[in-house]
Amino acid sequence: MGKSVLLIEDEPNIIEAISFILSRDGWSVATHSNGHDAVGVVMAAQPDIVILDVMLPGKTGYDILRELREEKGMVDLPVLMLTAKGQVKDREMAERAGASRFMTKPFSNAEVLEAVRELVNA
Amino acid sequence: MGTLNILVSVCLIYVAFLFLVAFAAERAAMRGNGGWLRSPLVYTLSLSIYCTAWTFYGAVGYAARSGLEYLTIYIGPTLVMLGWWWILRKLVRIGRTQRVTSIADMISSRYGKSNLLAVGVTILAVIGTTPYIALQLQSVTVSFEVFSDAYDATMPSGGQESNALLVAAGLALFTIVFGTRNLDVNERHHGVVMAIAVEAVVKLFALLAVGVFVVWGIGGGVSDILQRIDTSKIGTWQIEGDRWATLIFLSAAAFLCLPRMFQVMVVENDNEDHLRTASWAFPAYLMVMSLFVVPIAVVGLDLLPAGSNPDFFVLTVPLATGNDTLAMLSFLGGFSSATSMVIVAALALSTMVSNHIVMPIWLNTSLGGATVSGDVRNVVLLSRRISIAAVVTLGYLYYRISGGGTALASIGLISFAGVAQFLPVLIGGIFWRGATRPGAFSGLTVGFVIWAYTLLLPSFGGGLISDSLVANGPFGIGWLRPQAFFGITGMDPLVHAVFWSILLNAMTFFAVSLIGFPSPVERLQGAQFVNVFDHSTTLQGWSGDMVQSEDLMIMAQRILGAREAQALFEREAKRQGVTGVLPEPSPEFLQVLERELSGSVGVATAHAMVEQIVGGTSVSVEDLMAVADETAQIMEHSSQLEAKSQELSRTARQLRQANEKLTQISEQKDAFLSQVSHELRTPMTSIRAFSEILRDTEKLSAAEQTKYSTIIHDEALRLTRLLDDLLDLSVLENGQVSLNVQTGKLEALLDHAVATALTGSGSDSLRVLRQRGEERIALRTDLDRLSQVFINLIGNAQKYCDAEHPELRIDVEMSDGRVVVDFIDNGSGISKEDQAVVFEKFARVGVQRASGAGLGLAICREIMTRLGGSVSYLPGQGGAAFRVSLPDDGKMVPQ
Repeated sequence: MGKSVLLIEDEPNIIEAISFILSRDGWSVATHSNGHDAVGVVMAAQPDIVILDVMLPGKTGYDILRELREEKGMVDLPVLMLTAKGQVKDREMAERAGASRFMTKPFSNAEVLEAVRELVNA
Repeated sequence: MGTLNILVSVCLIYVAFLFLVAFAAERAAMRGNGGWLRSPLVYTLSLSIYCTAWTFYGAVGYAARSGLEYLTIYIGPTLVMLGWWWILRKLVRIGRTQRVTSIADMISSRYGKSNLLAVGVTILAVIGTTPYIALQLQSVTVSFEVFSDAYDATMPSGGQESNALLVAAGLALFTIVFGTRNLDVNERHHGVVMAIAVEAVVKLFALLAVGVFVVWGIGGGVSDILQRIDTSKIGTWQIEGDRWATLIFLSAAAFLCLPRMFQVMVVENDNEDHLRTASWAFPAYLMVMSLFVVPIAVVGLDLLPAGSNPDFFVLTVPLATGNDTLAMLSFLGGFSSATSMVIVAALALSTMVSNHIVMPIWLNTSLGGATVSGDVRNVVLLSRRISIAAVVTLGYLYYRISGGGTALASIGLISFAGVAQFLPVLIGGIFWRGATRPGAFSGLTVGFVIWAYTLLLPSFGGGLISDSLVANGPFGIGWLRPQAFFGITGMDPLVHAVFWSILLNAMTFFAVSLIGFPSPVERLQGAQFVNVFDHSTTLQGWSGDMVQSEDLMIMAQRILGAREAQALFEREAKRQGVTGVLPEPSPEFLQVLERELSGSVGVATAHAMVEQIVGGTSVSVEDLMAVADETAQIMEHSSQLEAKSQELSRTARQLRQANEKLTQISEQKDAFLSQVSHELRTPMTSIRAFSEILRDTEKLSAAEQTKYSTIIHDEALRLTRLLDDLLDLSVLENGQVSLNVQTGKLEALLDHAVATALTGSGSDSLRVLRQRGEERIALRTDLDRLSQVFINLIGNAQKYCDAEHPELRIDVEMSDGRVVVDFIDNGSGISKEDQAVVFEKFARVGVQRASGAGLGLAICREIMTRLGGSVSYLPGQGGAAFRVSLPDDGKMVPQ
């Protein structure tokens, strides 16, 4: 069994695509699709890496990340943020919230895979 | 007649000489090297205008008639100069600090700058002085006659009237030429003062010459003359105590109060220190003047036939002894005495008349009060000249009307008693702070009325006041007899008049002052007058011109700026040919300066400022009015500016609001773009990811391939829909949409909408409940757009209704002529917060995902607005409920 990824994303097709790509590379992928209880899910799942969408129903990815970083042992957890809003200020907000990396949709599959590998092995 | 012709020539030459002296003095003063013009000696000599023709000729006559009594006329001023010089010093100091131009100005200024008081004093001064001027004219014309062969020394003579007219005209001309050459800001007249100083020397010399001739030429020396005096009746005259005291008091008071004395003593004074010299030099001058009076009188009485007019012994004694040259010199002495008095008196009176009567009238009538903008100097000069001519003319007319018969000395004394009425007010004003304007006014009035009643009117003989009135009093009221008030008879008429007029004048002044209370301006002025030595610095060694120029420079620098002011002053100094950077404050320079300043502060203000510094007349009411007028204009201008500034700030506020709105719109636009970006990128992400999977992944099952291709296809459709919606919304929002209005039936429209919305879904997915009976309404509107709204609402219900057996009820009703269509499903509905935003763009509510971009309801709202209706959420229906409302004209008659 490979390392574990927790994908927090609300768009079904994107969930399907990312799950497919990572599974084929040997990652075990868990998914979650709303913002309300995302922090609890992460704490419970204790994944090796989290892929986090920004525009989630219930709570934004930034808020989730900020809360997560407050939790014990979550400071160094690799978090890859994905957003469909490609503006500069979005990137800044992601960095301030504590994102390990930030990617703009649409992404190339190879890039996502690469990023996940790097973040986990770093 | 030959002598007379020579006399006229000598006289003309002498007058030409005086013109020359005055002219030279003016020139020297103008060039700024006139320091010597203002020596204590010149000041002292100028005071000698006290000795008029009355003194020159009349003293001898007086001595011949009344013995040593003539001495009182000299003792009064001597006492003032020696004993009361501190009063003079105070007057001079006040005159300087208050820039007093005349005795009327002094009194009015002390009592709250009352012009009424000034007018009163001026009129009284004119009344008091006119007989005196007449006296001078008479003395000159009579003295001419003395030289004519036809002259009979025993005949009383009024003199040749044509001569009097010529003399009057000549004196007026001289005064106009040198008294009003220009508007000297200090009211000082170097030429005039110099001329009268020269005349003072001439008259002293002439009298001494006659005296020496009488004592050593006719008589046998001093001892012989003393013997003659002892044997003549002069030596036997009794001294009347009350009359002497009165005369001494009168002459002392006149010395202080005569307008012409005030002119030379206070106005023309430019150094307080000169008083120190004058305080001994002037009494000495008077003493020398009086030295030979008695000898001439005694010799004249001896020598000439009985009944000869003793007033002209000074001329007739030399003539009788054949000494024509001496007589001519003596004539020049008398001429000098008369002319100097008339000139200075005319100057002093004209200043008063012009400043207090003519100018105020002129300013009030010919100009609209404060609109004085041009240079009023020419007007002032003209008014001065007219005043001078008027004063001299008055004197001439008085001389003509009175017939010139009255003895010279008595006219002089009446005049003295008249101006002496100023004394209580003047002295009270500078020593008593409690003195008030009503007090001054009533005191003066009482004094003058009594003076006129007891002294002036009776002097005209039976003409103006009947003998019976003098004898029995008005209406037989005995105690009001002009020469015996309160029944006190036996008093000398002069003593009587002076006693009562001055006493009642002073008492009234005192009493009324005590009753009233001084006004603020009066209190201020009173304090400044009474305490003048506390307020003003000593004026010793005061070099006026330099100080003024420096002050002017400082002021000019403030207003024009340092560099420009300096350039101006240097330029002017160069033009004047003065070394250094400070020009003399000549009238030309002051005019230039005023012009320059007025460019910055306005004409009136500039004039007032320069006047204030140079210290001519103090700033007048007209000046202040003009300044106020200018200030009002500036205020108006500034209030216009203020209004403009308010307008600007209002505009700025509007701009700020517009800017805020634009910023808000810009932020909304950014947010919208961000949303659009998000909505576009999301399907694109799926498309890209799955197309890469399809491309890069080998061994993909057929089912997987189909599935992923389908996703790509669906997402591509979603993108297309999104773009369609965006364009649609954009068109609707911009108002560019053109409505295609048609007529149709609501029922058919709903049929079409339901069918379209539910296409491609199972027939059981959403049950639509309708009441077709209500739907039979004909509509006239854009049917396609309305249908779009219906499709959207039905589609939403299909997508979002979360009931197990989703149902949508479509209710139609007519309400107030409007067609209302409700779409109500049986789901869980929309939460209250979401209801508020459900019509906003990209508002997606709930946790469910759907393919919509969140623009549907926003489009519906825009469409209904275009159609003149509305779409709104209908709360409290259980499930989600929307109400479409069509306007009145949107329907046709029910079928």
